[in-house]
Amino acid sequence: MDEFLNFQVIADNFTYFMIGRYPKGPLGGLGLTLYLAVVSCILSMFGGLILGLLSISKKRWVRWPSVVFINAVRGLPLLMVIFWMYFLLPALLGRTVPESRTVIFGLTLFTSAYMSQIVRAGIEGIPRGQTEAALSTGLKHWQAMIYIVLPQGLRNMIPSFVNQFVSLIKDTSLAFIVGVSELTHVGTQINNRTMAYPTEIFIFIAAVYFVICYAFTSLSRLLERKLSVGSSA
Amino acid sequence: MIEFNGVHKWFKKLHVLNDINLHVKPGEVVVVCGPSGSGKSTLIRTINQLEPINEGTLLVDGMNLSDKKTDINKLRAEIGFVFQQFNLYPHLSVLSNITLAPIKIRNTPKAQAQQQAMALLERVGLAEKRDAYPTQLSGGQQQRVAIARALAMKPRIMLFDEPTSALDPEMIGEVLDVMQKLAKSGMTMVVVTHEMGFAREVAHRVVFMDQGQILEVAPPEQFFLHPQHERAQQFLKQLLSPMH
Repeated sequence: MDEFLNFQVIADNFTYFMIGRYPKGPLGGLGLTLYLAVVSCILSMFGGLILGLLSISKKRWVRWPSVVFINAVRGLPLLMVIFWMYFLLPALLGRTVPESRTVIFGLTLFTSAYMSQIVRAGIEGIPRGQTEAALSTGLKHWQAMIYIVLPQGLRNMIPSFVNQFVSLIKDTSLAFIVGVSELTHVGTQINNRTMAYPTEIFIFIAAVYFVICYAFTSLSRLLERKLSVGSSA
Repeated sequence: MIEFNGVHKWFKKLHVLNDINLHVKPGEVVVVCGPSGSGKSTLIRTINQLEPINEGTLLVDGMNLSDKKTDINKLRAEIGFVFQQFNLYPHLSVLSNITLAPIKIRNTPKAQAQQQAMALLERVGLAEKRDAYPTQLSGGQQQRVAIARALAMKPRIMLFDEPTSALDPEMIGEVLDVMQKLAKSGMTMVVVTHEMGFAREVAHRVVFMDQGQILEVAPPEQFFLHPQHERAQQFLKQLLSPMH
């Protein structure tokens, strides 16, 4: 090694870092990382909303199972959840499941459990009087929730949601233990192949994660500002 | 219209409503007063079942509230409720606050609901605030919008839970005016309030409560001039003293 840092290795493998073998082979690298993150993000938004609503239900037989589920998932390391899915899903479905789908399932399950608590806190943060006012005009409970409580609550949840999604983007790196060739996996592959440039490769990967997460946080701040203007103008 | 027969309610060990018997006739205006913690808010909240009762029967508009078959949402649509803290929806404009329930519950077409809402805003003197958001209004204005919102469902009964207690003194009058007009129009009303002037002028009967019990029910002139119960006498003395 003549020089201290040689980023030529990045330039040589840039397309591979970004999209893997795509379009000749499956999508990989950063493209796959984003795909995993975005899909899991959307799914766990719904999952979190549903789980959150279930966990504050007045009916005990609805609330209990969801609370048990949430606490069980929150008590496990994400790595464990992904492993579980890897072995459990094929056994349950009786057929093989693509690794990337396994990972999406694990990430969604895990993130939904955390999101549900954000949803719960967001809903409980809306004064009781709002629900009472809605009920007193004849709205049903679910209508009060959808038209009155959630629109106000979701706005308050945005910062916590963003936190969770930033974690989610980074958590996709764990997909590499079941052989999904997302960004981190691609990085280790190239590192194994070239042998000489681990520092350069992992600095690059860290930088990519940072840029994505930072972009996402900035975007959400913009969104937040826009929404809060809408409410007071 | 509203019939309490031997109604009891407990919050854990606290006996908040103790053997309540009260009949409110159609078109009647009943003012409920009493010291804080006397159960008057709980009483009025049981009428549209924001608080369920534990014992006794409560008939509202011919429907038994303890009956499982009673559609409570349908009943609530017939009863307007005005809260101490207004409870307007902060994320909706004044107009949408009023039209939400008619559109969602009565399936009123939007244009028609808005027309009716404007008529109601006219009535409470706030037509020009249709596009404002609740936080941009004063307390008195918010409470008048809240009254319009309750009226939008064309209720047969209106309940007021200390509607002026959260207001600055100079805004109390505008809200009481609206309520007085409403009473004159023949609306059945139950009003929890400390506004004795309103009670004297508008109420047909005054109900005095203390410690979960109704201690006295009388026409206002009799209640204010010759309260029978000792605690009612004390209460009035404190309330009407010049230092109050």
